[in-house]
Amino acid sequence: MLQRAISGRTRPKVLVKRHSAITRVTHWVNVLCMTLLLMSGLQIFNAHPALYWGDISTFEAPLAIIGDFPSWATIPSYHDLGSGRVWHFFFAWIFVINGLVYLLAAILTRHLNRDLLPTRSELRQIGGTVLEHVRLHFPKGEEARRYNVLQQLTYLAVIFGLLPLVIATGLCMSPQMNAVLPWLPELFGGRQSARTLHFVAASGLVAFVIVHVAMVVLSGFWNNMRSMITGRYAIEIGRKP
Amino acid sequence: MSLNRTLSRRSLLKAAGGLGAALLTGCDEITQSATPRRILASAEKLNIAVQRGLGRRALAAEFGEGDLSPSFRANGSTNPETQVYRALAQQDFADWRLDISGLVSRPARLSMADLRSLPSRTQITRHDCVEGWSCVGKWTGTRLSALLAKVDLRPSARYVVFHCADELPGEGLSPPVPYYESIDLEDALHEQTILAYEMNGRDLPIEHGAPLRLRVERQLGYKHAKYVMSIEVVDSLDKIGGGNGSYWADHGYSWYAGI
Repeated sequence: MLQRAISGRTRPKVLVKRHSAITRVTHWVNVLCMTLLLMSGLQIFNAHPALYWGDISTFEAPLAIIGDFPSWATIPSYHDLGSGRVWHFFFAWIFVINGLVYLLAAILTRHLNRDLLPTRSELRQIGGTVLEHVRLHFPKGEEARRYNVLQQLTYLAVIFGLLPLVIATGLCMSPQMNAVLPWLPELFGGRQSARTLHFVAASGLVAFVIVHVAMVVLSGFWNNMRSMITGRYAIEIGRKP
Repeated sequence: MSLNRTLSRRSLLKAAGGLGAALLTGCDEITQSATPRRILASAEKLNIAVQRGLGRRALAAEFGEGDLSPSFRANGSTNPETQVYRALAQQDFADWRLDISGLVSRPARLSMADLRSLPSRTQITRHDCVEGWSCVGKWTGTRLSALLAKVDLRPSARYVVFHCADELPGEGLSPPVPYYESIDLEDALHEQTILAYEMNGRDLPIEHGAPLRLRVERQLGYKHAKYVMSIEVVDSLDKIGGGNGSYWADHGYSWYAGI
């Protein structure tokens, strides 16, 4: 591993290689896609801001009436469903292709096995890690070389839970895809249930991003940003866990 | 917390705010400028190729009588106000005729009785509106494939255009324009593509497109043209309406509504 010592005010630090080029590129492409998909998605949602359960819309008894999202949250900023759809479907393709590139690379380079799948001993540390996070104590030394178990489980839940869910339920909005894969909307309880779950999954992704960005800021903003841009992450050497 | 750090966090927030504002105005500009918009809209071609490729003959799901929506929402035009349509409606559409012209060997002018004598199909399907809602309805109508066989398509035929009795707002301040829609032969000849004259076992009501509407079940609701007055078979959509293939395609929606 390439390391370069930098002189800190308190403890000596080394820059370690944290993220591969493919992780960094797909991460930022994903940031762009998810932002544009969310905002164009809210434009589409505003055309009928109510949710239902089952195959049909029970207009008299919706599951939830959400109301309109404000113009600063939608693309375009003014009411224009046709254009919102144009944005959504263009970036949906980039989002899916980008995700597949990441997934394929994660499997082939063993990033998935090595960095994301927690070991048994890591899983046993989960209680302590939660406690440390609640106190806003984040690993800085040797143990910061690896994702901690909470990071691992969260990233796995997003990569193999929320993202496939948002894609599958999104496909259920397409009448042609429903003709090709009639079991898919049924799996979610019908097309309107799938639409509701698409909204729920998108909300889950927003919740993840809020926590993720908060953790990035709290655990050392510039160090984290550098690691996701240049790949290099500073850890403090000689620091006891 | 040091002053430095407060400052840097504040400038960070400012930068994020500025970036957000730039994103919004940038996206609005892209939406409205021709070339970037064309690039975004080019995904439609990929959608057609991939979605069609996955199942050219796939059938839309069909439902049972028990699944019918208690109230089927009517959208778009629900009561056309053109003089021609009002006059036809007053006579309960007795004088209505369907003209079929264009790239066909035997142009025709058919009454409702003629249409009802052609092979028909009844299907209970889910109508998915582009806005996001769904209703299940039962439709009975002439198979479009049977009608097209009767008039005999010429080899150059590629699209079937439906001209409708309702008018919708034109661009900006221009006068209202007649609604129209088009599908290609792949959809036109599909088993579930019908010209419906009955809904839920009764004559098609005015709000749902009386006397005749298109059902093209593997696409969103806006493709299901209501108040059909004439059918034109063409080899290109360039010279029809605004040239994009349908009223809504002329107004920023994609022509392909399978997604």
